[in-house]
Amino acid sequence: MSAPLYGLLLTGGRSRRMQRDKLTLEYGGQPQLARAMALLEPLVERSFISVRADQRDDPQRSAFPCITDVLPEIGPIGGIHAALCTHPETAWLVLAGDLPFLNTATLQQLIAARAPHRLATAFRSRHDGKPEPLCAIFEPASLSPIEAWIAAGQRCPRDFLAHSDVELLTLRDARALDNVNTAAEYLQARGEFAERSAGAGNSAGRTAAGVKRRLNIQYFALLREQAGRSQESVTSEAVDARALYAELSAARGLKLQPEQLRVAINEAFADWSQVLSEGDTVVFLPPVAGG
Amino acid sequence: MSLFRFSSTALDTAALRAELTDPGCGAYAAFEGWVRDNNDGQRVTRLEYEAYAPLAAREGERIIAEAVSRFGLRGALCVHRIGALPLGEIAVWVGASAPHRDEAFRACRYIIDEVKHRLPIWKKEYYEGGDSGWVNCERCAAAVVHAGADAAPSAAPETHGHGHAHGPRR
Repeated sequence: MSAPLYGLLLTGGRSRRMQRDKLTLEYGGQPQLARAMALLEPLVERSFISVRADQRDDPQRSAFPCITDVLPEIGPIGGIHAALCTHPETAWLVLAGDLPFLNTATLQQLIAARAPHRLATAFRSRHDGKPEPLCAIFEPASLSPIEAWIAAGQRCPRDFLAHSDVELLTLRDARALDNVNTAAEYLQARGEFAERSAGAGNSAGRTAAGVKRRLNIQYFALLREQAGRSQESVTSEAVDARALYAELSAARGLKLQPEQLRVAINEAFADWSQVLSEGDTVVFLPPVAGG
Repeated sequence: MSLFRFSSTALDTAALRAELTDPGCGAYAAFEGWVRDNNDGQRVTRLEYEAYAPLAAREGERIIAEAVSRFGLRGALCVHRIGALPLGEIAVWVGASAPHRDEAFRACRYIIDEVKHRLPIWKKEYYEGGDSGWVNCERCAAAVVHAGADAAPSAAPETHGHGHAHGPRR
């Protein structure tokens, strides 16, 4: 029986060549962190992001379950190592944070070809024929050889896979694993996504002021009592959660101030300034009191 | 089975503990939060818990994963009650197993503190005489209205041991 499959998005890179956090780069109006997690989540049992200890408070990252590096400053192999340590009976679908062209079909190809009796399943690089470590499945048995590899002073996950028992696949979508390292590469990739979404009739989801959006609102605790309902569907021109709360607090007599509340959009904590999209579920969270 | 759960019925602590037994562990610690009969000088007769369950479950899983990674646990579990609770009942249960005791103790403390601060769970207290109130909400509202701009809501007396979690704390 093969081990359960969890997902891990590597976000601990320093983005030195880009000089900007690669996970915040936007394609089609959405940051890469959210795009990658949206790809990963439906395909695995649980999904996590890999972070350095100093990234734990980053608001974009802390919206997701994080696994912090156990061994700091050794690059992506440290993230893979921490995940295997945290859940040693689990296989990990590991993804780099800078693969804007990655798609569901490519991940499905990888998962379908998974060979649990080997240490890993990976694509063959179209550049050098070596295994691609940063869109690959690492089986639980890879933990101890990875630890030995690190203990021997090695860092490169590609070399690790090249010296291991790996199921190697040929990529069907040749561009799916092209990564983005520099500002010039980013601008080119972003341009391609803009063309795609223009061709698809503004499917990117971002909307502007003056557009009416249908939103689902849920109320809890004191706000539920003040609103006299636990949910409602509204049509609003509010661009962000702050404007929406101003509208609703007037219409429904909500007496808590925004400073006392937090916001969740589509079941994740969000910023008050997050732009709303058609069909979003918005919840204003009164001060909590669990325990 | 997920490591953070809600339950609408009384907890079976023996069964929960059994989920954490592990021959590789030399230590197990558990924390139980109970429904108390008083708060802030008022006689409490019962409680009701309400949660935004999908978000709370996800954030709860995240807290457990953090504790596992931070303290090197072999097992951890947290169950929170939902709905109406009589006095004396267990409202929240946390268990952690680890090779050594220090990690198990510290992990329990970490998990319960983070659960109280971060999860979208709300508690309504019912008092002797018929009044009721949402814990933290009324007090925060009062602090904001009466204390002026320079007083943080947390300046209100924290008699119930609950933090104020409406600000981005992380």
